[in-house]
Amino acid sequence: MIEAQQLTKRYGAHTAVAGVTFRVEPGQVLGFLGPNGAGKTTTMRMLAGFLTPSSGCARICGLDVVNESLAARSKLGYLPEGAPSYGEMRVGEFLGFIADLRGVEGGRRRQRLDDVVARLDLAGVWSQTIDTLSKGFRRRVGLAQAIIDDPPVLVLDEPTDGLDPNQKHEVRALIHAMRDKTVIVSTHILEEVEAVCTRVVIINDGSIVADATPQSLIAQSRYTGAIGIRATHPVVVRDRLLRLAGVASVEAEPGGERVLALARPGIDLYAEVERTLREDQVEVQEISRERGRLDDVFRRLTRPGAGADPASADAPVVLP
Amino acid sequence: MLSVFRRELASYFVTPVAYVFIVIFLVLAGAFTFYLGALFERGQADLQPFFTFHPWLYLILVPALSMRLWAEERASGTIELLLTQPLSLGAAVLGKFLAAWTFTAIALALTASLWFTVAYLGEPDHGVILAGYLGSLLMAGAFLAIGSCLSAATRSQIIAFILTVVVCLLLLLAGLPLVLDLFRALGLPQPVIDSIASLSFLTHFGAIGKGVLDARDIVYFALMIAFWLYATVFVIERKKGD
Repeated sequence: MIEAQQLTKRYGAHTAVAGVTFRVEPGQVLGFLGPNGAGKTTTMRMLAGFLTPSSGCARICGLDVVNESLAARSKLGYLPEGAPSYGEMRVGEFLGFIADLRGVEGGRRRQRLDDVVARLDLAGVWSQTIDTLSKGFRRRVGLAQAIIDDPPVLVLDEPTDGLDPNQKHEVRALIHAMRDKTVIVSTHILEEVEAVCTRVVIINDGSIVADATPQSLIAQSRYTGAIGIRATHPVVVRDRLLRLAGVASVEAEPGGERVLALARPGIDLYAEVERTLREDQVEVQEISRERGRLDDVFRRLTRPGAGADPASADAPVVLP
Repeated sequence: MLSVFRRELASYFVTPVAYVFIVIFLVLAGAFTFYLGALFERGQADLQPFFTFHPWLYLILVPALSMRLWAEERASGTIELLLTQPLSLGAAVLGKFLAAWTFTAIALALTASLWFTVAYLGEPDHGVILAGYLGSLLMAGAFLAIGSCLSAATRSQIIAFILTVVVCLLLLLAGLPLVLDLFRALGLPQPVIDSIASLSFLTHFGAIGKGVLDARDIVYFALMIAFWLYATVFVIERKKGD
């Protein structure tokens, strides 16, 4: 379990993290989102015991990260941003070193090393120097050290940053396989959140602006319930659709022949749009339901000056 | 702490650092001893000329060894990895320091051939030579502790190196008129001047090198090491997040 209460980090006059409060239970994979510089890494560093909070507190499995730092750290596997490791060491030596630091000994040491090597497919690079590894392998070595003693809590700072799509997929599968633990994953890749997270916290300017399931966040998107129409004459379609009461606005997709009819909240437009266009004999190639877009919600919540008020996450979307 | 010590010591030997350092140390130590110190020409079976040059040898070589201790960890980000393990900061600082110290002890031990040489040529006072080695090792420890602290203060190894050389030089010279006259010119009272003089590495090392194992000199170096290692912990605590 991870608990953060009014967690705050100030650097002089600058407040990097301003009173962040959340709680992650075992079995939850929390996606920690926010623009660069929003305070994600600073928050994770405080959870991992690397930075001391200016005020507020955090607990890992009930252990305070400041007063019971060593005990808290032994419960937590941490992948720092950029997955740093000792480049001159061989993969096996490095993982053995971390295992020693974490007091993994005897038969369990062998067994844990075998386990992470199998999980992260590191057998082929076991005796290679870390400096000679590709970025993907280095990231995997970083993940391997985080889970070397099978800790109940994982804090992973951008585990898929800089990986190719195949490697991203593997890392997500790995996180998914560890969903019985308490996991925090920071990322700014939104598709990742939908793929692996059971919950999302969005942080902006050091404050939490949303804390919800990915589904409920997506439901806040203005594209939720929108209808996409591909037509030969998009302008004609647009004029017709604007007359419908349930249509909030109509957008043309950049460069395309598609237009999007955005629905007013709670209205299912599909049947109405389909009937109108058929009756008016407008030539259309395709009519489809749009999914809500997380990036749209993310942008709205984190645009400059979106404010630190968590209530603004629930405020009605102002449509053009 | 033992794991940090082992990893750190091993890391010296997987990179060329160890070999370059040892070779340069041995070549310079030999050159100073035989040419500047005129070991043979003196006609005395002792290692006085050898030890005399140690402070100056360490002045350049030890900072080169200590500069990477923490600066490298900070530059590569591994400091975050290390300090989020269930390991106290003090243990990490001590483990790294002891590894560097052990490494200099190895380099120093390799100069034992000089000892064998004078033992073969004459009948040296082995107690004095042993004391000289002990004093030299203690002084190297103090240099390393200073280097550890200044390495923690920056992520640039070059800056760590230069700062360490400057601080070590000041401490070496503290007992010399060159430095003391400067403080006198500033109008500082005599007790202050005396305490500055008593901080000098040369004074304390010189005493041990002559075979006088005074507890005060040993305590001086031990305190030096303890103080600078404590300062290392303090500096890392303050600056690790920058």
